[in-house]
Amino acid sequence: MTKATEQTAYNEKLEAKLQEVFAGGHPKYHEKLKEQNKLFVRDRLELLFDEGEYTEDGRFANCEAGDLPADGVVTAMGKVNGQTVCVMANDSTVKAGSWGARTVEKIIRIQEIAEKNRVPMLYLVDSAGARITDQLDMFPNRRGAGKIFHNQVRLSGFIPQICVLFGPSAAGGAYIPAFCDIVIMVEGNASMYLGSPRMAEKVIGEKVTLEEMGGARMHCSVSGCGDVLAANEEEAIAEARRYLAFFPANFTEKPALKETVEAKVGRTLEAIIPENQNAPFDMYEAIDALIDEGSYFDVKKLFAGEIITGLARIEGQPVGIIANQPKVKGGVLFVDSADKATKFITLCDAFSIPLLFLADVPGFMIGTKVERAGIIRHGAKLIMAMSSATVPKISVIVRKAYGAGLYAMAGPAFEPDVCIALPTAQIAVMGPEAAVNAVYSNKIEAIEDPKERIAFVQEKHKEYKEEIDIYKMASELIIDEIVAPSSLRSVLADRYRFYSTKDVPQPPRKHPVYPV
Amino acid sequence: MTALKATMAGTVFTVNAAVGEEVTAGQVIIVLESMKMEIPIEAETAGKVATINVQVGDFVNEEDVLATIEA
Repeated sequence: MTKATEQTAYNEKLEAKLQEVFAGGHPKYHEKLKEQNKLFVRDRLELLFDEGEYTEDGRFANCEAGDLPADGVVTAMGKVNGQTVCVMANDSTVKAGSWGARTVEKIIRIQEIAEKNRVPMLYLVDSAGARITDQLDMFPNRRGAGKIFHNQVRLSGFIPQICVLFGPSAAGGAYIPAFCDIVIMVEGNASMYLGSPRMAEKVIGEKVTLEEMGGARMHCSVSGCGDVLAANEEEAIAEARRYLAFFPANFTEKPALKETVEAKVGRTLEAIIPENQNAPFDMYEAIDALIDEGSYFDVKKLFAGEIITGLARIEGQPVGIIANQPKVKGGVLFVDSADKATKFITLCDAFSIPLLFLADVPGFMIGTKVERAGIIRHGAKLIMAMSSATVPKISVIVRKAYGAGLYAMAGPAFEPDVCIALPTAQIAVMGPEAAVNAVYSNKIEAIEDPKERIAFVQEKHKEYKEEIDIYKMASELIIDEIVAPSSLRSVLADRYRFYSTKDVPQPPRKHPVYPV
Repeated sequence: MTALKATMAGTVFTVNAAVGEEVTAGQVIIVLESMKMEIPIEAETAGKVATINVQVGDFVNEEDVLATIEA
Protein backbone atom coordinates (compact mmCIF):
# COMPACT_ATOMS: atom_id res chain seq x y z
CA MET A 1 0.00 0.00 0.00
CA THR A 2 1.16 3.49 -0.77
CA LYS A 3 1.22 6.08 1.94
CA ALA A 4 -1.75 7.90 0.38
CA THR A 5 -4.03 4.87 0.27
CA GLU A 6 -2.97 3.94 3.81
CA GLN A 7 -4.06 7.39 4.94
CA THR A 8 -7.36 7.01 3.14
CA ALA A 9 -7.94 3.65 4.84
CA TYR A 10 -7.31 5.22 8.26
CA ASN A 11 -9.70 8.03 7.49
CA GLU A 12 -12.36 5.65 6.25
CA LYS A 13 -12.13 3.60 9.43
CA LEU A 14 -12.47 6.76 11.54
CA GLU A 15 -15.44 7.91 9.48
CA ALA A 16 -17.11 4.50 9.79
CA LYS A 17 -16.55 4.43 13.56
CA LEU A 18 -17.92 7.96 13.88
CA GLN A 19 -21.02 7.01 11.92
CA GLU A 20 -21.60 4.11 14.33
CA VAL A 21 -21.31 6.48 17.27
CA PHE A 22 -23.63 9.11 15.78
CA ALA A 23 -26.25 6.50 14.87
CA GLY A 24 -26.84 5.53 18.52
CA GLY A 25 -28.64 2.26 19.31
CA HIS A 26 -30.47 -0.22 17.10
CA PRO A 27 -33.08 1.27 14.68
CA LYS A 28 -35.90 -0.47 16.58
CA TYR A 29 -35.10 1.70 19.61
CA HIS A 30 -35.24 4.80 17.42
CA GLU A 31 -38.71 3.67 16.32
CA LYS A 32 -39.68 3.34 19.97
CA LEU A 33 -38.55 6.93 20.62
CA LYS A 34 -40.93 8.15 17.91
CA GLU A 35 -43.81 6.20 19.43
CA GLN A 36 -43.11 7.85 22.78
CA ASN A 37 -42.85 11.36 21.27
CA LYS A 38 -39.22 11.46 22.35
CA LEU A 39 -36.25 12.91 20.49
CA PHE A 40 -32.92 11.19 19.86
CA VAL A 41 -30.22 12.44 22.23
CA ARG A 42 -28.28 14.23 19.44
CA ASP A 43 -31.44 16.03 18.31
CA ARG A 44 -31.96 17.21 21.88
CA LEU A 45 -28.42 18.58 21.95
CA GLU A 46 -28.92 20.40 18.66
CA LEU A 47 -31.99 22.12 20.11
CA LEU A 48 -30.15 22.99 23.31
CA PHE A 49 -26.97 24.53 21.93
CA ASP A 50 -26.65 27.81 20.01
CA GLU A 51 -26.46 26.92 16.29
CA GLY A 52 -26.80 23.27 17.37
CA GLU A 53 -23.01 22.97 17.74
CA TYR A 54 -21.06 21.15 20.43
CA THR A 55 -17.67 19.61 21.19
CA GLU A 56 -17.72 16.07 22.48
CA ASP A 57 -15.43 13.96 24.67
CA GLY A 58 -15.15 10.18 25.01
CA ARG A 59 -17.39 9.49 22.07
CA PHE A 60 -15.50 6.27 21.28
CA ALA A 61 -16.25 4.94 24.76
CA ASN A 62 -16.98 1.21 24.45
CA CYS A 63 -16.73 1.44 20.64
CA GLU A 64 -15.30 -2.09 20.57
CA ALA A 65 -18.43 -3.55 22.16
CA GLY A 66 -20.46 -3.07 18.99
CA ASP A 67 -23.84 -2.32 20.53
CA LEU A 68 -22.86 0.37 23.04
CA PRO A 69 -22.07 3.53 21.05
CA ALA A 70 -20.64 6.28 23.29
CA ASP A 71 -21.55 3.87 26.12
CA GLY A 72 -25.02 5.39 26.19
CA VAL A 73 -24.13 8.94 27.17
CA VAL A 74 -23.04 12.02 25.24
CA THR A 75 -20.82 14.43 27.18
CA ALA A 76 -20.12 17.75 25.55
CA MET A 77 -19.33 21.45 25.83
CA GLY A 78 -21.16 24.09 23.83
CA LYS A 79 -22.81 27.49 24.08
CA VAL A 80 -26.24 28.36 25.41
CA ASN A 81 -27.29 32.03 25.00
CA GLY A 82 -23.65 32.71 24.14
CA GLN A 83 -22.45 31.24 27.46
CA THR A 84 -20.31 28.06 27.67
CA VAL A 85 -21.93 25.10 29.43
CA CYS A 86 -21.11 21.42 30.00
CA VAL A 87 -23.68 18.72 29.33
CA MET A 88 -24.22 15.05 29.94
CA ALA A 89 -27.08 13.49 27.97
CA ASN A 90 -28.25 9.88 28.22
CA ASP A 91 -28.98 7.99 25.01
CA SER A 92 -32.01 5.82 25.73
CA THR A 93 -31.54 3.93 22.42
CA VAL A 94 -28.43 2.36 23.97
CA LYS A 95 -29.43 -0.19 26.61
CA ALA A 96 -32.23 2.16 27.76
CA GLY A 97 -29.67 4.80 28.69
CA SER A 98 -28.34 2.60 31.48
CA TRP A 99 -25.01 3.25 33.17
CA GLY A 100 -21.93 1.10 32.62
CA ALA A 101 -18.41 1.78 33.87
CA ARG A 102 -17.50 4.13 30.99
CA THR A 103 -20.87 5.92 31.16
CA VAL A 104 -20.14 6.81 34.77
CA GLU A 105 -16.52 7.79 34.02
CA LYS A 106 -17.68 10.10 31.22
CA ILE A 107 -20.23 11.79 33.48
CA ILE A 108 -17.61 12.27 36.21
CA ARG A 109 -15.15 13.75 33.70
CA ILE A 110 -17.60 16.27 32.25
CA GLN A 111 -18.43 17.37 35.81
CA GLU A 112 -14.70 17.87 36.42
CA ILE A 113 -14.45 19.91 33.22
CA ALA A 114 -17.39 22.07 34.35
CA GLU A 115 -15.67 22.61 37.71
CA LYS A 116 -12.27 23.53 36.23
CA ASN A 117 -13.80 25.90 33.68
CA ARG A 118 -16.36 27.25 36.17
CA VAL A 119 -19.31 26.88 33.79
CA PRO A 120 -22.88 25.56 34.30
CA MET A 121 -23.50 21.81 34.18
CA LEU A 122 -26.64 20.42 32.51
CA TYR A 123 -27.92 16.89 32.99
CA LEU A 124 -30.25 15.67 30.21
CA VAL A 125 -31.54 12.53 31.87
CA ASP A 126 -33.29 9.55 30.25
CA SER A 127 -31.91 6.45 31.93
CA ALA A 128 -33.05 3.09 33.28
CA GLY A 129 -30.30 3.23 35.93
CA ALA A 130 -27.30 0.99 36.59
CA ARG A 131 -26.42 -1.99 34.38
CA ILE A 132 -26.72 -4.65 37.06
CA THR A 133 -24.36 -6.93 35.08
CA ASP A 134 -21.63 -4.26 35.36
CA GLN A 135 -22.17 -3.31 38.97
CA LEU A 136 -18.70 -4.16 40.24
CA ASP A 137 -17.21 -1.74 37.69
CA MET A 138 -19.56 1.17 38.21
CA PHE A 139 -21.44 1.06 41.49
CA PRO A 140 -19.31 0.91 44.65
CA ASN A 141 -15.86 2.21 43.60
CA ARG A 142 -14.14 5.51 44.21
CA ARG A 143 -15.00 6.66 40.72
CA GLY A 144 -18.31 4.79 40.62
CA ALA A 145 -21.79 6.31 40.38
CA GLY A 146 -21.62 7.64 43.93
CA LYS A 147 -18.87 9.98 42.75
CA ILE A 148 -21.35 11.66 40.38
CA PHE A 149 -23.49 12.64 43.35
CA HIS A 150 -20.45 13.61 45.41
CA ASN A 151 -19.39 15.91 42.57
CA GLN A 152 -22.91 17.35 42.31
CA VAL A 153 -22.79 18.23 45.99
CA ARG A 154 -19.33 19.84 45.62
CA LEU A 155 -20.58 21.82 42.61
CA SER A 156 -23.82 22.95 44.26
CA GLY A 157 -23.72 26.74 44.57
CA PHE A 158 -20.37 26.82 42.71
CA ILE A 159 -21.85 26.56 39.22
CA PRO A 160 -25.53 26.34 38.17
CA GLN A 161 -26.69 22.72 37.79
CA ILE A 162 -29.79 22.07 35.72
CA CYS A 163 -31.64 18.81 35.11
CA VAL A 164 -33.97 18.26 32.17
CA LEU A 165 -35.76 14.96 32.60
CA PHE A 166 -37.06 13.33 29.42
CA GLY A 167 -37.60 9.77 30.61
CA PRO A 168 -37.01 7.70 33.69
CA SER A 169 -34.53 8.57 36.40
CA ALA A 170 -34.65 5.44 38.45
CA ALA A 171 -33.36 4.34 41.83
CA GLY A 172 -29.92 5.90 42.52
CA GLY A 173 -30.21 7.84 39.27
CA ALA A 174 -33.07 9.79 40.83
CA TYR A 175 -30.48 11.65 42.88
CA ILE A 176 -29.14 13.47 39.82
CA PRO A 177 -32.25 15.65 39.64
CA ALA A 178 -32.42 15.83 43.42
CA PHE A 179 -29.02 17.56 43.64
CA CYS A 180 -29.70 19.99 40.79
CA ASP A 181 -30.80 23.60 41.28
CA ILE A 182 -33.82 23.02 39.07
CA VAL A 183 -35.61 20.06 37.49
CA ILE A 184 -37.61 20.46 34.28
CA MET A 185 -39.82 17.42 33.57
CA VAL A 186 -41.61 16.41 30.36
CA GLU A 187 -45.20 15.47 31.09
CA GLY A 188 -46.09 11.87 30.26
CA ASN A 189 -42.51 10.64 29.81
CA ALA A 190 -40.37 11.92 32.66
CA SER A 191 -40.41 10.01 35.92
CA MET A 192 -38.39 9.66 39.10
CA TYR A 193 -38.63 6.94 41.67
CA LEU A 194 -36.43 4.94 44.01
CA GLY A 195 -38.42 1.75 43.44
CA SER A 196 -40.44 1.05 40.29
CA PRO A 197 -44.12 0.06 40.51
CA ARG A 198 -43.07 -3.51 39.76
CA MET A 199 -40.61 -3.49 42.63
CA ALA A 200 -43.16 -1.85 44.95
CA GLU A 201 -45.64 -4.62 44.22
CA LYS A 202 -43.06 -7.31 44.92
CA VAL A 203 -41.48 -5.81 48.00
CA ILE A 204 -44.29 -3.99 49.81
CA GLY A 205 -47.39 -5.27 48.00
CA GLU A 206 -48.49 -1.87 46.66
CA LYS A 207 -50.24 -1.78 43.27
CA VAL A 208 -49.71 1.56 41.58
CA THR A 209 -49.14 3.07 38.11
CA LEU A 210 -45.84 4.66 37.07
CA GLU A 211 -47.54 8.05 36.77
CA GLU A 212 -48.92 7.82 40.33
CA MET A 213 -45.61 6.58 41.68
CA GLY A 214 -43.26 9.06 40.08
CA GLY A 215 -44.76 10.83 37.08
CA ALA A 216 -43.83 14.35 36.04
CA ARG A 217 -47.13 15.90 37.12
CA MET A 218 -47.02 14.16 40.50
CA HIS A 219 -43.50 15.40 41.19
CA CYS A 220 -44.26 18.94 40.02
CA SER A 221 -47.48 19.25 42.04
CA VAL A 222 -47.30 16.85 45.01
CA SER A 223 -43.75 15.83 46.00
CA GLY A 224 -42.03 19.07 44.98
CA CYS A 225 -39.14 17.11 43.40
CA GLY A 226 -39.92 18.70 40.02
CA ASP A 227 -39.88 22.45 39.35
CA VAL A 228 -41.19 22.97 35.82
CA LEU A 229 -43.71 20.77 33.98
CA ALA A 230 -43.16 20.94 30.21
CA ALA A 231 -45.71 19.75 27.65
CA ASN A 232 -43.05 18.25 25.35
CA GLU A 233 -39.28 17.98 24.83
CA GLU A 234 -38.95 21.12 22.72
CA GLU A 235 -40.65 23.18 25.42
CA ALA A 236 -38.47 21.59 28.12
CA ILE A 237 -35.27 22.52 26.27
CA ALA A 238 -36.53 26.05 25.53
CA GLU A 239 -37.32 26.50 29.23
CA ALA A 240 -33.82 25.33 30.19
CA ARG A 241 -32.34 27.95 27.84
CA ARG A 242 -34.64 30.66 29.24
CA TYR A 243 -33.75 29.70 32.83
CA LEU A 244 -30.00 29.78 32.14
CA ALA A 245 -30.24 33.36 30.85
CA PHE A 246 -30.85 34.51 34.44
CA PHE A 247 -27.62 32.98 35.73
CA PRO A 248 -23.93 33.84 35.71
CA ALA A 249 -21.44 31.10 34.74
CA ASN A 250 -20.47 30.58 38.39
CA PHE A 251 -20.82 32.07 41.87
CA THR A 252 -17.98 34.58 41.42
CA GLU A 253 -19.75 36.35 38.58
CA LYS A 254 -22.90 38.46 38.43
CA PRO A 255 -25.93 37.71 36.29
CA ALA A 256 -26.23 39.66 33.05
CA LEU A 257 -28.37 42.81 32.80
CA LYS A 258 -30.74 43.23 29.90
CA GLU A 259 -32.59 46.08 28.24
CA THR A 260 -35.59 47.42 30.12
CA VAL A 261 -38.96 46.17 28.94
CA GLU A 262 -42.04 48.04 30.18
CA ALA A 263 -44.39 46.24 32.56
CA LYS A 264 -47.46 44.56 31.11
CA VAL A 265 -50.34 46.95 30.56
CA GLY A 266 -53.03 46.03 33.06
CA ARG A 267 -54.83 47.06 36.22
CA THR A 268 -52.90 49.20 38.69
CA LEU A 269 -51.74 47.81 42.04
CA GLU A 270 -54.33 50.09 43.69
CA ALA A 271 -57.06 48.31 41.74
CA ILE A 272 -55.63 44.82 42.26
CA ILE A 273 -55.15 44.92 46.04
CA PRO A 274 -58.47 44.86 47.97
CA GLU A 275 -58.78 47.05 51.05
CA ASN A 276 -60.35 44.25 53.09
CA GLN A 277 -57.30 42.48 54.54
CA ASN A 278 -59.18 39.16 54.60
CA ALA A 279 -60.32 39.11 50.97
CA PRO A 280 -58.20 37.14 48.49
CA PHE A 281 -56.60 38.58 45.35
CA ASP A 282 -54.23 37.21 42.70
CA MET A 283 -50.62 38.07 43.54
CA TYR A 284 -49.53 37.10 40.01
CA GLU A 285 -51.42 40.13 38.71
CA ALA A 286 -49.52 42.33 41.18
CA ILE A 287 -46.21 40.79 40.06
CA ASP A 288 -47.07 41.55 36.43
CA ALA A 289 -47.46 45.21 37.36
CA LEU A 290 -43.91 45.27 38.78
CA ILE A 291 -41.76 43.30 36.34
CA ASP A 292 -40.59 43.61 32.73
CA GLU A 293 -43.25 42.04 30.52
CA GLY A 294 -42.38 38.53 29.38
CA SER A 295 -39.46 38.17 31.79
CA TYR A 296 -41.15 35.88 34.31
CA PHE A 297 -39.88 32.33 34.95
CA ASP A 298 -42.03 30.47 37.46
CA VAL A 299 -40.31 27.93 39.73
CA LYS A 300 -42.56 25.24 41.26
CA LYS A 301 -45.73 26.84 39.89
CA LEU A 302 -47.86 23.76 40.62
CA PHE A 303 -46.44 23.06 44.08
CA ALA A 304 -47.38 24.87 47.31
CA GLY A 305 -49.26 27.59 45.42
CA GLU A 306 -49.73 29.65 48.60
CA ILE A 307 -46.23 30.99 48.01
CA ILE A 308 -44.95 32.14 44.62
CA THR A 309 -41.26 31.78 43.71
CA GLY A 310 -40.05 33.02 40.35
CA LEU A 311 -37.26 34.72 38.46
CA ALA A 312 -37.98 37.98 36.66
CA ARG A 313 -36.45 41.27 35.60
CA ILE A 314 -37.17 44.78 36.82
CA GLU A 315 -35.83 47.38 34.38
CA GLY A 316 -33.53 44.69 33.03
CA GLN A 317 -32.13 43.62 36.42
CA PRO A 318 -32.71 40.00 37.44
CA VAL A 319 -34.59 39.42 40.70
CA GLY A 320 -35.84 36.37 42.55
CA ILE A 321 -39.38 36.98 43.78
CA ILE A 322 -40.84 35.34 46.87
CA ALA A 323 -44.48 36.35 47.19
CA ASN A 324 -47.39 35.18 49.30
CA GLN A 325 -50.43 34.21 47.21
CA PRO A 326 -53.60 35.19 49.11
CA LYS A 327 -55.69 33.41 46.48
CA VAL A 328 -54.36 29.99 47.55
CA LYS A 329 -54.89 28.86 51.14
CA GLY A 330 -55.10 32.53 52.14
CA GLY A 331 -51.35 32.90 51.55
CA VAL A 332 -50.71 31.11 54.85
CA LEU A 333 -47.28 29.44 55.16
CA PHE A 334 -47.21 25.62 55.38
CA VAL A 335 -44.52 22.95 55.52
CA ASP A 336 -44.34 22.73 51.72
CA SER A 337 -44.34 26.51 51.25
CA ALA A 338 -41.35 26.72 53.59
CA ASP A 339 -39.52 24.02 51.58
CA LYS A 340 -40.27 25.78 48.30
CA ALA A 341 -39.15 29.21 49.44
CA THR A 342 -36.03 27.87 51.20
CA LYS A 343 -34.63 26.23 48.09
CA PHE A 344 -35.44 29.22 45.93
CA ILE A 345 -33.78 31.70 48.31
CA THR A 346 -30.60 29.61 48.52
CA LEU A 347 -30.59 29.31 44.71
CA CYS A 348 -30.79 33.08 44.17
CA ASP A 349 -28.34 33.88 46.96
CA ALA A 350 -25.77 31.39 45.59
CA PHE A 351 -25.68 33.10 42.20
CA SER A 352 -26.01 36.79 43.14
CA ILE A 353 -29.63 37.22 42.09
CA PRO A 354 -31.20 39.93 44.31
CA LEU A 355 -34.32 38.99 46.27
CA LEU A 356 -37.72 40.67 46.37
CA PHE A 357 -40.17 39.65 49.08
CA LEU A 358 -43.82 40.62 48.53
CA ALA A 359 -45.56 40.05 51.85
CA ASP A 360 -49.26 39.49 52.37
CA VAL A 361 -49.19 36.78 54.97
CA PRO A 362 -51.47 35.87 57.87
CA GLY A 363 -48.63 33.80 59.38
CA PHE A 364 -47.61 30.18 59.59
CA MET A 365 -50.46 27.66 59.68
CA ILE A 366 -51.52 26.38 63.09
CA GLY A 367 -53.36 23.21 64.18
CA THR A 368 -52.45 19.60 64.95
CA LYS A 369 -51.93 18.60 61.34
CA VAL A 370 -49.06 21.01 60.71
CA GLU A 371 -47.56 20.79 64.20
CA ARG A 372 -47.21 17.04 63.78
CA ALA A 373 -45.59 17.62 60.39
CA GLY A 374 -42.96 19.79 62.09
CA ILE A 375 -44.02 23.23 60.89
CA ILE A 376 -41.75 24.81 63.50
CA ARG A 377 -38.56 23.28 62.09
CA HIS A 378 -39.71 23.89 58.51
CA GLY A 379 -40.41 27.52 59.35
CA ALA A 380 -37.01 27.76 61.04
CA LYS A 381 -35.39 26.41 57.88
CA LEU A 382 -37.04 29.12 55.77
CA ILE A 383 -36.10 31.84 58.23
CA MET A 384 -32.49 30.57 58.28
CA ALA A 385 -32.22 30.65 54.49
CA MET A 386 -33.77 34.11 54.22
CA SER A 387 -31.69 35.42 57.12
CA SER A 388 -28.43 34.02 55.70
CA ALA A 389 -28.98 35.48 52.24
CA THR A 390 -26.55 38.34 51.61
CA VAL A 391 -27.66 39.38 48.12
CA PRO A 392 -29.60 42.67 47.90
CA LYS A 393 -32.82 41.88 49.74
CA ILE A 394 -35.91 44.09 49.58
CA SER A 395 -38.98 43.43 51.66
CA VAL A 396 -42.26 44.98 50.51
CA ILE A 397 -45.21 44.74 52.90
CA VAL A 398 -48.06 44.68 50.41
CA ARG A 399 -50.87 44.14 52.88
CA LYS A 400 -50.73 42.21 56.11
CA ALA A 401 -47.61 40.70 57.65
CA TYR A 402 -48.58 38.97 60.86
CA GLY A 403 -46.52 37.06 63.37
CA ALA A 404 -43.64 34.93 62.15
CA GLY A 405 -44.94 35.61 58.63
CA LEU A 406 -43.26 39.04 58.91
CA TYR A 407 -40.02 37.32 59.89
CA ALA A 408 -40.17 34.75 57.07
CA MET A 409 -40.75 37.50 54.50
CA ALA A 410 -37.53 39.36 55.39
CA GLY A 411 -39.01 41.66 58.01
CA PRO A 412 -36.94 44.50 59.51
CA ALA A 413 -34.96 42.31 61.94
CA PHE A 414 -33.48 40.22 59.14
CA GLU A 415 -31.42 42.98 57.59
CA PRO A 416 -33.31 43.61 54.38
CA ASP A 417 -31.62 46.49 52.57
CA VAL A 418 -34.92 48.26 52.88
CA CYS A 419 -38.34 47.41 54.25
CA ILE A 420 -40.95 49.22 52.16
CA ALA A 421 -44.64 49.41 53.06
CA LEU A 422 -47.49 50.13 50.72
CA PRO A 423 -50.13 52.38 52.31
CA THR A 424 -52.30 49.23 52.70
CA ALA A 425 -49.67 47.51 54.88
CA GLN A 426 -50.50 46.16 58.31
CA ILE A 427 -47.71 44.79 60.50
CA ALA A 428 -48.58 43.08 63.76
CA VAL A 429 -48.19 40.00 65.93
CA MET A 430 -51.71 39.13 64.80
CA GLY A 431 -54.69 40.72 63.02
CA PRO A 432 -57.04 43.09 64.89
CA GLU A 433 -59.84 40.51 65.37
CA ALA A 434 -57.56 37.86 66.79
CA ALA A 435 -55.65 40.34 68.94
CA VAL A 436 -58.76 41.86 70.53
CA ASN A 437 -60.12 38.39 71.23
CA ALA A 438 -56.82 37.29 72.74
CA VAL A 439 -56.51 40.25 75.07
CA TYR A 440 -60.15 40.97 76.00
CA SER A 441 -62.01 37.67 75.64
CA ASN A 442 -63.00 37.50 79.34
CA LYS A 443 -64.08 41.12 79.33
CA ILE A 444 -66.07 40.70 76.10
CA GLU A 445 -67.90 37.67 77.46
CA ALA A 446 -68.74 39.50 80.69
CA ILE A 447 -70.63 42.26 78.86
CA GLU A 448 -74.27 41.13 78.81
CA ASP A 449 -75.86 43.74 76.56
CA PRO A 450 -75.12 42.69 72.92
CA LYS A 451 -75.04 46.30 71.67
CA GLU A 452 -72.65 47.33 74.39
CA ARG A 453 -70.49 44.28 73.60
CA ILE A 454 -70.28 45.15 69.91
CA ALA A 455 -69.46 48.75 70.74
CA PHE A 456 -66.69 47.63 73.10
CA VAL A 457 -65.16 45.30 70.49
CA GLN A 458 -65.32 48.01 67.82
CA GLU A 459 -63.65 50.49 70.12
CA LYS A 460 -60.82 48.02 70.86
CA HIS A 461 -60.42 47.28 67.14
CA LYS A 462 -60.04 50.98 66.49
CA GLU A 463 -57.44 51.34 69.24
CA TYR A 464 -55.55 48.35 67.93
CA LYS A 465 -55.54 49.65 64.37
CA GLU A 466 -54.15 52.97 65.61
CA GLU A 467 -51.46 51.07 67.49
CA ILE A 468 -50.33 49.28 64.31
CA ASP A 469 -50.89 52.24 61.97
CA ILE A 470 -48.33 52.19 59.21
CA TYR A 471 -47.33 55.85 59.75
CA LYS A 472 -46.70 55.10 63.39
CA MET A 473 -44.45 52.21 62.25
CA ALA A 474 -42.63 54.57 59.89
CA SER A 475 -42.34 57.22 62.59
CA GLU A 476 -40.68 54.65 64.87
CA LEU A 477 -38.31 53.71 61.99
CA ILE A 478 -39.64 50.14 62.04
CA ILE A 479 -40.24 50.39 58.34
CA ASP A 480 -37.96 52.51 56.18
CA GLU A 481 -40.29 53.86 53.54
CA ILE A 482 -43.95 54.12 52.52
CA VAL A 483 -44.42 54.08 48.77
CA ALA A 484 -47.43 54.72 46.54
CA PRO A 485 -48.23 51.51 44.65
CA SER A 486 -47.98 53.31 41.31
CA SER A 487 -44.31 54.18 41.92
CA LEU A 488 -43.24 50.83 43.44
CA ARG A 489 -41.73 49.45 40.22
CA SER A 490 -39.40 52.40 39.65
CA VAL A 491 -38.55 52.62 43.37
CA LEU A 492 -37.47 48.95 43.30
CA ALA A 493 -35.46 49.37 40.11
CA ASP A 494 -33.57 52.36 41.55
CA ARG A 495 -32.84 50.59 44.79
CA TYR A 496 -31.55 47.41 43.14
CA ARG A 497 -29.18 49.60 41.10
CA PHE A 498 -27.95 51.28 44.30
CA TYR A 499 -27.44 47.95 46.08
CA SER A 500 -25.59 46.33 43.18
CA THR A 501 -22.23 46.78 44.94
CA LYS A 502 -23.45 45.17 48.17
CA ASP A 503 -20.80 42.82 49.57
CA VAL A 504 -21.33 41.32 53.01
CA PRO A 505 -18.67 39.06 54.52
CA GLN A 506 -19.85 35.73 55.90
CA PRO A 507 -19.42 35.09 59.62
CA PRO A 508 -16.22 33.12 60.34
CA ARG A 509 -17.46 29.58 60.71
CA LYS A 510 -17.71 26.42 58.65
CA HIS A 511 -21.47 26.43 58.10
CA PRO A 512 -24.61 26.80 60.19
CA VAL A 513 -26.39 23.75 61.56
CA TYR A 514 -29.41 23.43 59.27
CA PRO A 515 -32.70 23.17 61.20
CA VAL A 516 -34.17 20.47 58.96
CA MET B 1 -68.30 11.73 41.27
CA THR B 2 -65.65 14.21 42.37
CA ALA B 3 -64.99 15.12 45.98
CA LEU B 4 -64.57 18.73 47.00
CA LYS B 5 -61.94 18.75 49.72
CA ALA B 6 -60.84 21.31 52.28
CA THR B 7 -57.49 22.78 51.20
CA MET B 8 -56.64 23.64 54.80
CA ALA B 9 -58.05 23.37 58.32
CA GLY B 10 -60.69 25.96 59.24
CA THR B 11 -64.38 26.57 59.86
CA VAL B 12 -67.11 26.67 57.25
CA PHE B 13 -67.89 30.35 56.60
CA THR B 14 -70.54 30.09 53.85
CA VAL B 15 -72.13 27.34 51.75
CA ASN B 16 -72.89 28.81 48.34
CA ALA B 17 -74.63 25.92 46.54
CA ALA B 18 -77.43 23.46 47.32
CA VAL B 19 -77.82 19.75 46.62
CA GLY B 20 -79.12 19.25 43.07
CA GLU B 21 -77.77 22.57 41.81
CA GLU B 22 -75.85 22.61 38.49
CA VAL B 23 -72.43 24.20 38.99
CA THR B 24 -69.62 25.18 36.63
CA ALA B 25 -65.90 24.47 36.90
CA GLY B 26 -64.24 27.15 39.00
CA GLN B 27 -67.47 28.12 40.78
CA VAL B 28 -67.01 28.81 44.49
CA ILE B 29 -69.08 26.18 46.33
CA ILE B 30 -67.93 26.69 49.89
CA VAL B 31 -65.93 29.39 51.65
CA LEU B 32 -63.86 28.42 54.67
CA GLU B 33 -62.54 30.83 57.26
CA SER B 34 -59.05 30.04 58.45
CA MET B 35 -56.29 32.14 59.96
CA LYS B 36 -58.79 35.05 59.64
CA MET B 37 -58.75 34.61 55.85
CA GLU B 38 -61.55 33.65 53.52
CA ILE B 39 -60.59 30.48 51.68
CA PRO B 40 -62.76 29.84 48.60
CA ILE B 41 -63.25 26.18 47.67
CA GLU B 42 -64.02 25.89 43.96
CA ALA B 43 -65.59 23.07 41.92
CA GLU B 44 -62.88 21.41 39.83
CA THR B 45 -65.36 20.20 37.22
CA ALA B 46 -68.84 21.16 36.09
CA GLY B 47 -71.72 19.01 37.28
CA LYS B 48 -74.56 18.63 39.74
CA VAL B 49 -74.03 18.95 43.49
CA ALA B 50 -74.70 15.45 44.90
CA THR B 51 -74.00 16.04 48.57
CA ILE B 52 -73.08 18.89 50.88
CA ASN B 53 -71.42 17.36 53.92
CA VAL B 54 -70.91 20.42 56.12
CA GLN B 55 -72.80 23.28 57.74
CA VAL B 56 -71.78 26.84 58.45
CA GLY B 57 -69.62 26.88 61.60
CA ASP B 58 -68.34 23.29 61.31
CA PHE B 59 -64.63 22.72 61.90
CA VAL B 60 -63.00 20.85 59.02
CA ASN B 61 -59.50 19.50 58.68
CA GLU B 62 -57.32 19.58 55.58
CA GLU B 63 -58.46 16.95 53.04
CA ASP B 64 -61.94 16.52 54.62
CA VAL B 65 -64.60 16.03 51.92
CA LEU B 66 -66.92 19.06 52.04
CA ALA B 67 -69.21 18.17 49.13
CA THR B 68 -69.42 15.86 46.14
CA ILE B 69 -70.22 16.75 42.55
CA GLU B 70 -71.68 14.41 39.94
CA ALA B 71 -70.36 14.91 36.44
